[in-house]
Amino acid sequence: MRPTTSLLLGAVLAVYFAIMPLRVSAEPRSGGVINVVVQPEPPGLMLGLTQNGPTQMVAGNIYESLLRYDENLSPIQNLATSWDVSADGRVYTFTLKEDVRWHDGEAFTAHDVVFTVDTFLRETHPRLRVSLEHVERVEALGDHRVRFTLKQPFGPFLGIFEVGTMPMVPRHIYEGTEFRSNPANDTPIGTGPFKFKEWVKGSHIHLVRNDDYHVDGLPYLDEIYWHVIPDSSARAIAYETGKVDVLPGGSIETFDVERLRDLPNTKVTKKGWEYFAPHAFLWINNRTSPLSDPRFRRAIMYAMDRGFARDVVWNGFGTVAAGPVSSKTKFHSTDVRHYPYDPDKAKALLGEMGYDGRPIRLLPLPYGEAWQRWAEAVRQNLNEVGIQVELQATDVAGWNQRLNEWDFDLAFTYLYQFGDPALGVARTYVSSNIAKGSPWNNVAGYANSKVDELFARAAIAFPEENRQALYDELQQTVVEEVPVAWLLELEFPTIYRSNINDLVTTAIGLNDGFVDAWIED
Amino acid sequence: MTASSLAEFTRRFSRHGGAVLGAAILFAITMLAVFGPLLYPESPWRMVQKPFLPPMMTDGFLFGTDTLGRNIAAGLVHGARVSLLIGLASTAAALVVGVTTGAVAGFFGGRVDDVLMRFTELFQTIPNFALAIVLVAILQPSTDSIVLAIAIVSWPPIARLVRSEFLSLRSREFVQASIVQGQSSFQIIFTQILPNALPPVIVMASLMVATAVLLESSLSFMGLGDPNTMSWGYMIGAGRTVIRQAWWISFFPGIAILLTVLSINLVGEGLNDALNPRLSRRTR
Repeated sequence: MRPTTSLLLGAVLAVYFAIMPLRVSAEPRSGGVINVVVQPEPPGLMLGLTQNGPTQMVAGNIYESLLRYDENLSPIQNLATSWDVSADGRVYTFTLKEDVRWHDGEAFTAHDVVFTVDTFLRETHPRLRVSLEHVERVEALGDHRVRFTLKQPFGPFLGIFEVGTMPMVPRHIYEGTEFRSNPANDTPIGTGPFKFKEWVKGSHIHLVRNDDYHVDGLPYLDEIYWHVIPDSSARAIAYETGKVDVLPGGSIETFDVERLRDLPNTKVTKKGWEYFAPHAFLWINNRTSPLSDPRFRRAIMYAMDRGFARDVVWNGFGTVAAGPVSSKTKFHSTDVRHYPYDPDKAKALLGEMGYDGRPIRLLPLPYGEAWQRWAEAVRQNLNEVGIQVELQATDVAGWNQRLNEWDFDLAFTYLYQFGDPALGVARTYVSSNIAKGSPWNNVAGYANSKVDELFARAAIAFPEENRQALYDELQQTVVEEVPVAWLLELEFPTIYRSNINDLVTTAIGLNDGFVDAWIED
Repeated sequence: MTASSLAEFTRRFSRHGGAVLGAAILFAITMLAVFGPLLYPESPWRMVQKPFLPPMMTDGFLFGTDTLGRNIAAGLVHGARVSLLIGLASTAAALVVGVTTGAVAGFFGGRVDDVLMRFTELFQTIPNFALAIVLVAILQPSTDSIVLAIAIVSWPPIARLVRSEFLSLRSREFVQASIVQGQSSFQIIFTQILPNALPPVIVMASLMVATAVLLESSLSFMGLGDPNTMSWGYMIGAGRTVIRQAWWISFFPGIAILLTVLSINLVGEGLNDALNPRLSRRTR
């Protein structure tokens, strides 16, 4: 380099560095590559066919739905720009965004929506199918309007247009084909901000920017790499060494969160899980003595030091759960019986019912260290009020099987709430949902006709105030009877580099993709 | 054993300095296992203090507390009980199977020997630890299943040893004399040959206790321990993931395992010197 050039370069650099601190960093900047952990490796990326956690997280960049939700679960526009509801709550009409294109260049229209909802997802998506039973018909009104007519008002209806619940799939690729064996499933086509590029099994998934995205200027990032790293401590180290920039919620153990949080250039957010509101509780087998006695179940609630579990086992992340409905979900009520940590009250209840000291079995959730420690803490809490508890170690398959066959006394679990009690809460408590063979239905075997009726009425009540009244009554009843022992509203903190902005902007966080995210210099 | 041979035994044993040290340590650990629960009468699972207390910083918490605020000292004492109990129980079980198999094979020889030894080899070809993991995983982790798994993987060497002793002893005159006298095979095996075959078996058994303690710790470390008993392996396994924040949680149980296994090995060596004097003199 000649002296004059280097002098010039020096001068330019000097000026650059002089003005740099004055720059306001709020202006998003295009470009950049982001490395993220995905755990475990998803079984597939065609979101209409598989809805595993990791699939939802990666494919949320490729697929979109009509709406998004802010952290209060209010709908915000995405593929639909506006929607209106008829006065009787039965007809919903959506106006779609124009000039939206699939990744292969075809236009996205109302006919895609009708095909997706009425044909594709009705066949492939068990959770959505339940909600779609309330839908009488779906029609395209021209290319850019869709009308849903319901059989009766269905309160949670506006909440099912989330990308993992109702991902739009391209009609021109799937119509008339065998959905599950369509070769296009390996190269997913959506309308989302990123396009599928490559998937090296066991290593990484590579997504690239969709240059024709329907929002001008978005997304800011050029590429996303999702890395498959099977060991939890290896994932934490991958972040520390800079191999990855984002650790999605739940991908590392809680005690590592604390260590990583203190690293320089690191931000932690608890947001982005409001729609799911993971709710941890103990299944209680309501069928067998002494667990069939509500006093025994109440004693369990009083015996557990749930604040300790939150502070120690979960490093302060989480909220003690008041009842079946999470505080992040709609229609949550605090007007219920409270169960503070009170061993004396627990002992009194056990004495009153004449508990004979028969030992009970407890199944921990085989999802890693924190769950194991939590089970040990609960066992100790119960021991101290005189309930003998035997921990039974299982693997994931064994855990599933034991719950499928109702072969347990107490078992840890956590379930998503999906924003509305009718979608994510009722399934745990209604008696019509008692059936062997699934660890996600009413495994406890709780049956109360009043509760069944309240859930049924609350789902179709209209407008919202009427639903609230029903859910208030319902929560009071259920919390009184303790069909399951509520533990914590879990929080799964997302850890990421400080120079990444607007990473989590909606109620489903990373699952809505990296559409708004940008990297500061 | 007569008084004079006992004195002879003690003299030979104590000539081995390491063995005496090992015996002392082992005695201390055994005392801790027997009387320790008097020191810490409460359950070692009890969450008694703040979690992550470093060692020797708080009164009454010599070794600090673990991730849930449980007293590590209490865990060590209660864990000693579990480790020694499992070590002894599984060795005893392995001895019963191994000695019987080896004695029968060595005494009768021929086809019986062939069948039994092929059966033994079947077990010897599978790596010990892998087999133990599979057994415990299938049977569900509990103290009984762990004892059983350790016994099943450790009996073949005993069977081999006893068989070779029997092969060499059964052609001796005193055995032939017993046969001529009309003693039954059972009598000859247990009253004539076995007592003479015992010294090397005792030495081997003592070393097996050490191996069993290690095996149990390894299983617990892998998360296959009995989830209802506090053992050293469990403590290390549970503390391993936080070793960067709290080294002491896995360090002290590690030391406990090291001391126990080392002391048993030293005692075993001493026993070898005392029981097989000619052999040991030759090797020195």
